[in-house]
Amino acid sequence: MRFLGFIGSLIATFLGLTAVTFCIGRFIPVDPVLAIIGDHASKQTYDRVRIEIGLDHSVPVQYFLYLSRVVRGDFGHSVMTSNPVVSDIFHFFPATLELATLATIIGVVVGVPAGVAAGALKGRWPDHVVRFLGLFGYSMPVFWLGLVGLWLFYAKLGWVAGPGRIDVAYDDIVETRTGVLLIDAAWAREWDVFDNALAHIVLPAALLGYISLAYIARMTRSFMIDALSQEYIVAARTKGCTFWQAVWRHAFPNILVSLITVIGLSYASLLEGAVLTETVFAWPGLGLYITRSLFNADMNAVLGGTLAVGAVFIGVNAICDFLYKIADPRLRTS
Amino acid sequence: MSAISEPKSSWRAWLDDPAPKSQRQARLGEISRVAGKLVANPLASIGLAIVCALVLAALFAPWLARGQSPIGQDLADRLAAPSAAHWFGADELGRDIYARIMFGARVTLMIVALVAAIVAPIGLAVGVSAGYFGGLVDVVLMRVTDIFLAFPRLILALAFAAALGPGIANAVIAISLTSWPPYARIARAETAAIARSDFIAAIVLQGASPARILIRHVAPLCISSLIIRLTLDMAGIILTAAGLGFLGLGAQPPTPEWGAMVASGRDVILDQWWVATIPGLAIFVVSLGFNLLGDGLRDAFDPKSS
Repeated sequence: MRFLGFIGSLIATFLGLTAVTFCIGRFIPVDPVLAIIGDHASKQTYDRVRIEIGLDHSVPVQYFLYLSRVVRGDFGHSVMTSNPVVSDIFHFFPATLELATLATIIGVVVGVPAGVAAGALKGRWPDHVVRFLGLFGYSMPVFWLGLVGLWLFYAKLGWVAGPGRIDVAYDDIVETRTGVLLIDAAWAREWDVFDNALAHIVLPAALLGYISLAYIARMTRSFMIDALSQEYIVAARTKGCTFWQAVWRHAFPNILVSLITVIGLSYASLLEGAVLTETVFAWPGLGLYITRSLFNADMNAVLGGTLAVGAVFIGVNAICDFLYKIADPRLRTS
Repeated sequence: MSAISEPKSSWRAWLDDPAPKSQRQARLGEISRVAGKLVANPLASIGLAIVCALVLAALFAPWLARGQSPIGQDLADRLAAPSAAHWFGADELGRDIYARIMFGARVTLMIVALVAAIVAPIGLAVGVSAGYFGGLVDVVLMRVTDIFLAFPRLILALAFAAALGPGIANAVIAISLTSWPPYARIARAETAAIARSDFIAAIVLQGASPARILIRHVAPLCISSLIIRLTLDMAGIILTAAGLGFLGLGAQPPTPEWGAMVASGRDVILDQWWVATIPGLAIFVVSLGFNLLGDGLRDAFDPKSS
């Protein structure tokens, strides 16, 4: 029953998303018919194309037709790449996924322990350090940090490789299996390619990782403070637990459930928020695809990309929500 | 008579009166207590100072810019380094970056003010109605809110800006459309608690219409939570707006928008670092200010922290 409700809300949200992209598609200042046939076509051609693409129907019927195309995976063709938008999305998405995943790993590995330490040592120096780093993280314009990072670590120090995903010399050496370059290179045992790809991804991943770390550490900290004020901690301490035993064995497992949601939210927002980072680092992901299509007035690609990113975002959020309900025994019975 | 004979510190006593005699006295007392806590918190004071500086820069930009125009080009000074003539240097068209930063404060302030003016009333109306009427109204309104809450903000703002055409107004609409849901949720939670109070029951018995109850009695009590949330969100709004500007979808040239200024300095960052770095610092400082102020406000309003 709960599962049905979950599926229902997922479908409602997705329908809402398609309604929004449909409306955006209808509001574009460009006449969609003229975009196909050009300015010099005859009146007959105009009317024929208008009927062909379904603009003679009423708006609800047009939405229904749009929805049925979306469900069948038909997002139209991209003018810029002249491929079906869906195959473009599958081509560009792995790069975004690779970047966001690596960043989230950095965010979790550093952010969770930092947040636990800050919460447990509230008011002492680790707390102040974590809070300041966090404050800087969510006040920072990420595109600007990327530019400064490139200037410092690539141009001045030469520690990392420049923009892009890989040097041209290494292009097309490894066969595309998953689309995730690091995995493909490791699979093919092409370690030169792997090293080069790693040198390219380190800076953008560290940057996004910092942004996600700021959020994860902040939330972990406040969960930890809350958990440590509970009576079961006092009980554990009176039974002879040391402070850190109480933190890790008693408080930490209890905040773990809330952390699932936080990590999922941060992952989902990295998948969509990578647009700016991808622009700065010329990273060939979905965000760059959407922005480039935007400036070429390639609406099919923009709306298809928006829909794809939106669906992933909604999906990740919903999965976290669901996991949260399963993992928390208090929510299981109610 | 008594007002004259009281000692000089009667101001404080009047403000801190535990039993205020008028609504005005109660409200001023509350404001003075929050302001007192805010000023006592050093980080929040820094945030307040930054936000005040932003407002002052926006108000007095023509004077602060030392007579330099934000859009006047002087190609002889192209990409000039920071100096006495150009405090922050000049950009690729020889425009004074210091003047552009000052005038850019107007753009930033206008964006956040407009977003706040759109988002807060929508969220308040939706949340208050959902919380007060309950039942089907609540289910439908909150379902819609959840749908909007699950939307990817930046990507949708991009798509909106693409459909409506780039520009500040459209960036504001795009940001607003994706950021009202949290306000609706907050207002709903507050309303659900308020609606059960005795004073609401008393007003209902006096025959007040639902519209009057919501507008005159429920909504004013939700406002402080909304203001705190709004201040905390300002940084995010500024960063999104600057991001849209950076991508070329926000303010259009020659408007001195900070995000767009960073973008224009991108190509010359290796040799003329100041063109991109200084506007970026301005964005960072202002959003830091709003974050500090928001944290401080939350602590000051939170009864648990006192």
